Amino acid sequence: MRKDVLKIVVIGHVDHGKSTLIGRLLLDTDSLPDEKITEIKRICKELGKETELAYLVDQLKEEREHAITIDTTQIFFKTHRRNYVIIDAPGHVEFIKNMLTGASLAEAAILMIDVQEGVMEQTRRHAYLINFLGLNRVIVVFNKMDLIDYKKERFDKVKTELLKFLGNLKIKPFFLIPVSAKEGTNLSKKSQKMNWYKGPTLLKALDSLKLNTNIVKRPLRFPIQDIYEINGEKIIVGRIASGMVKQGQEVVLCPSFKGTRINSIRVFGKRNKTKAKAGESIGLTFNRPLFVKRGEVVAQKETPPKLTNRFKGNIFWMSDKPLYINKTITLRCAAQKVECGVEKIEKRIDPSRLETIQVNAKELKRNEIGIVVLKTKKMIVMERFNFIEELGRFILEQQNQVCAGGIITEKLLA
Amino acid sequence: MNYLDELENKTIYIIREAYARFRNMSLLWSIGKDSTSLLWIARKAFFGNIPFPVIHIDTSFKFKEIYEFRSKYGKEWNLNLIISKNKKALKEGISPEKGKFECCDALKTEALKQTLGEFNFKALLLAIRRDEHGIRAKERYFSPRGIDFKWNYKDQPAELWDLYKSQLEAEQHIRIHPMLHWTELDIWKYIRREKIPIVNLYFAKNGKRYRSIGCKTCCLPVDSNANTTRKIIKELEITKISERNGRAQDKENSYTMQKLRSLGYM
Repeated sequence: MRKDVLKIVVIGHVDHGKSTLIGRLLLDTDSLPDEKITEIKRICKELGKETELAYLVDQLKEEREHAITIDTTQIFFKTHRRNYVIIDAPGHVEFIKNMLTGASLAEAAILMIDVQEGVMEQTRRHAYLINFLGLNRVIVVFNKMDLIDYKKERFDKVKTELLKFLGNLKIKPFFLIPVSAKEGTNLSKKSQKMNWYKGPTLLKALDSLKLNTNIVKRPLRFPIQDIYEINGEKIIVGRIASGMVKQGQEVVLCPSFKGTRINSIRVFGKRNKTKAKAGESIGLTFNRPLFVKRGEVVAQKETPPKLTNRFKGNIFWMSDKPLYINKTITLRCAAQKVECGVEKIEKRIDPSRLETIQVNAKELKRNEIGIVVLKTKKMIVMERFNFIEELGRFILEQQNQVCAGGIITEKLLA
Repeated sequence: MNYLDELENKTIYIIREAYARFRNMSLLWSIGKDSTSLLWIARKAFFGNIPFPVIHIDTSFKFKEIYEFRSKYGKEWNLNLIISKNKKALKEGISPEKGKFECCDALKTEALKQTLGEFNFKALLLAIRRDEHGIRAKERYFSPRGIDFKWNYKDQPAELWDLYKSQLEAEQHIRIHPMLHWTELDIWKYIRREKIPIVNLYFAKNGKRYRSIGCKTCCLPVDSNANTTRKIIKELEITKISERNGRAQDKENSYTMQKLRSLGYM
């Protein structure tokens, strides 16, 4: 029997209870070693505090002392339906790059909101960012219901406020669940205290989410990672980003469009492999020797990509040094690495207020989102994010530092 | 593709990314189950022959079974093995009795520093996993270290999707963690599926087995009758005792691991 695995990120404003929720889920799904619970109790005692579930998650010393999450972390639990990896992301604005690091690996998001406080700056920013990362499976959890006596009125009010905001982003949450992470209400079991709530518990809601598998049906894209020479033979290695590869298939190498045929598919320990699909790390040999280099993309002859050197995208700027238009920076997409410049910053957006700060801006500052037009110095293989994720996302680097992440929304004419 | 295949494919991808950027690299093999699995997958990534050296940090306090395993499979898998020892500290008589923190720091971290200095490796593959320890859960796949080896856990670089850090500042090396997303249970299921040879200390003898192995002086066996991979998997599916329970250094002080790691420990 095989269970699938779902990676979820927990996001929301600082102190809205993300780490507590995770601690509670671990406890309720019986995923904690006994000694861990004892250790947490002991540490809390040492620090002179009440036992705090969040400490399970907040492992770093500074985090315990200041009761905040600094970096992203991952924790495992399982239900009868499937296994889960929870990614806890920090709420503080200074640690936003850590939040993005965690969220970029997730397949679904739990957005937490404190019913007492309602929608806050970080709630908005995080919602904007997961939308920006292309995550569309979102469950909203309204926490701290115990502090408002489980009253439906307050829940409804915050729900309306949040839905209005999410509507602007075109995020449609799959579920909206009132909970108390501290008490454990509506996480694994329901409670009489909220009999007005007819929806599923959080665990039931999570179990009902379906994973995306249609990437195999897209056209073949095989970004070349490296070329190994083994016993005088050239083996082209990489991981299939989309589609399938078959022995004997006619392919082209992009951007050169040199054509060849797949002679063999190599996986160590497996003889006579005749096909492979998206997600597999394989080796290929070609029928005729070609000069090949890292970054090129193998595509099926009939469905080659349209090369581009100009595209529109959304980027999130993380560096202290601002992004200036027309300044040369490095773009990386799959195994491709090229010089590029931002031709235009159409909009400069403050992600917490969702406000456009400036139209046709000249620069983008730290923690701002830009809707930009990028121009690369060379033609490259790129796709819209919604079409082929791996070739639709990129990072920008400056002096060896990652400065931005982004997704491609539109390919433009050169 | 099943789940173990997914894990394996991602690990191969990361190993190949590392090699594509840092030809001058090495793999750290403690000869435990995780790094032996990493070694196994690295052999797959390079079609049988790992094109860079494999380091064993030898504190000289290891179990004899570990030394036997090293010599047998070092040959069988055609490894270019580097034995890393802090000879000076050993000569001075450092040992766990004189403080576990100091011992780990000198015989592991310091030994590694010396080897890295000697061979000038730019990248190191390590088999740490997120589920092992809360501090390790915070790691990146590509995690840079300064010249002093320090892990700046307060300000780690962003790591988006599978686009890993590719360039280093001079004087830096990078720790690469291709097994970060595996759990202890995944490892055992994989060992069983692939029939990976593993040090026999993991299998129960007279009602005891080791769940995690390192130095003889600092590891205690757990109660268990699991003497096959199948039984170990069964045991882990229901256990409520954590993996490193038998390891000394985690327990002494709640922050020891964080302190050791920030200084460059594995």
